[in-house]
Amino acid sequence: MPILYILWLRQVKKYLRSRARIVGSLGQPLLFLVALGFGFGPIYAKAGGGNYLQFLAPGVIAMGILFTAVFSGIEIIWDKQFGFLKETLVAPVSRFRIMVGRTLGGATVAVLQGLIVFVLTLIVGFRPESFSLVLVAFVFMFLTALLFTALGTAIASKLDDMQGFQLIMNFLVMPIFFLSGSLFPIDQLPSVLKFIVRINPLAYSIDGLRGALTLQNHFSLWTDFSILAGVTLVLMMVGAYLFSKIEA
Amino acid sequence: MTNIIEVKNLVKSFGDFHAVKDVSFEVQKGQIFAFLGPNGAGKSTTIKMLTTLLHPTSGTLFLDGKNVVTDPHQTRRSFGIVFQDPSLDDELTAYENMKFHAVLYGLDKALYTARIEELMKLVDLWDRKDSLVREFSGGMKRRLEIARGLLHHPKVLFLDEPTLGLDPQTRNHMWDYILNLNAKEQITVFFTTHYMEEANKVAHKIAIIDHGKIIAQGTSAELKAQTGKASLEDAFLSLTGNTIRTEEASGVANFRQHAQMWRGKKR
Repeated sequence: MPILYILWLRQVKKYLRSRARIVGSLGQPLLFLVALGFGFGPIYAKAGGGNYLQFLAPGVIAMGILFTAVFSGIEIIWDKQFGFLKETLVAPVSRFRIMVGRTLGGATVAVLQGLIVFVLTLIVGFRPESFSLVLVAFVFMFLTALLFTALGTAIASKLDDMQGFQLIMNFLVMPIFFLSGSLFPIDQLPSVLKFIVRINPLAYSIDGLRGALTLQNHFSLWTDFSILAGVTLVLMMVGAYLFSKIEA
Repeated sequence: MTNIIEVKNLVKSFGDFHAVKDVSFEVQKGQIFAFLGPNGAGKSTTIKMLTTLLHPTSGTLFLDGKNVVTDPHQTRRSFGIVFQDPSLDDELTAYENMKFHAVLYGLDKALYTARIEELMKLVDLWDRKDSLVREFSGGMKRRLEIARGLLHHPKVLFLDEPTLGLDPQTRNHMWDYILNLNAKEQITVFFTTHYMEEANKVAHKIAIIDHGKIIAQGTSAELKAQTGKASLEDAFLSLTGNTIRTEEASGVANFRQHAQMWRGKKR
């Protein structure tokens, strides 16, 4: 237990110390909320969709978590390059525990980021429908954070330098975000796009968050929860396996 | 005396480059063992295999009776290592780096609190314990890494060019502490260095590796006798030749980089 704690603590401490990173990573969600929220709001209302900000906010919260989580996982590449990873790899601690400790730390950081974005949405004008369900939303935030930190860890275990980072951002993280129903309703999408959304785990995060925060969802909360939990478990196992194969 | 390290027919190849070819040697418990060789000779690769960071292509490695290849987890309990290149977390303080290590190695709080203070005083960093490592100079980082490597009093301590870039004062302090540990706790020390004087002074046994092969083994006196030279440095040069190996070393690095890039592309 102290081992998991110290691995977790390291991630959290590093996050809390990098104020520039925290502030910097708030720019993007804020931009999405203001530009899209207020920009598309009138059209969305005219089309009969209701309040666009209420629809968009859960998507932007999920975005904050997604980016921070993948990034936390990918940080392993930094540890590889700066050599710190070796220090943990030769320690008499199973690789599985190291991976779990790191992932929990990274996920905590992503949840913190998600909470900050949540506060931002409140400032911009978003209002959750039910305050008791906000707790359910926290569960979805944590699952999302865990899932994508594990994904980042799995990817980073196979990469040796940051050259592939741009590739991951453009061909994985961005599509995951845009093709998740974060910005638009998925009911009337063309079938190919609908299929892509359905196999995108972030779609279930957003649906869960939307269900908990605005009582509107496409799937059911249990479906969202089961799929996220299942995918998280699989990614944790894949991540742990790939992490255990790292050579320095 | 029992052998705490046994290496038999060790081979490591990266593609068709053979970094280590058929290396065998033993280190006895409590021995101070110097592993010498020019740049790119295969020293670090051998250490990486002994410390479970690399899988050998073939051959067997035993450390403290444990099979390094099939039982890496148990092996890791028996050794500590100071790496050749930096391995600190720059965004943590010096003390946090030490504490992280202590907790990973399962030391209890009373023990590590006392030992961290003792070791950080030894390397003269105690008054900087709460500074971020990022703010440290190269020499300070090196000292901190050595202090960290000594923290858990392992059965075998690997030191990969530990004294590189250290001033003679710190070097002497460090060796005094290690020799004391070696005498008191029977800690086996396996180190590499380019300072022949250092190896001559502290090593009970020396192995010289070149082009991935062990070309001579013995005490400093034996190596000098074997080559008919007066100093270990001359003995070393007569065994390994006078050509400079930096080209070859970077060749290895390049090759590994290429291999990694290629592997990366294949994925």
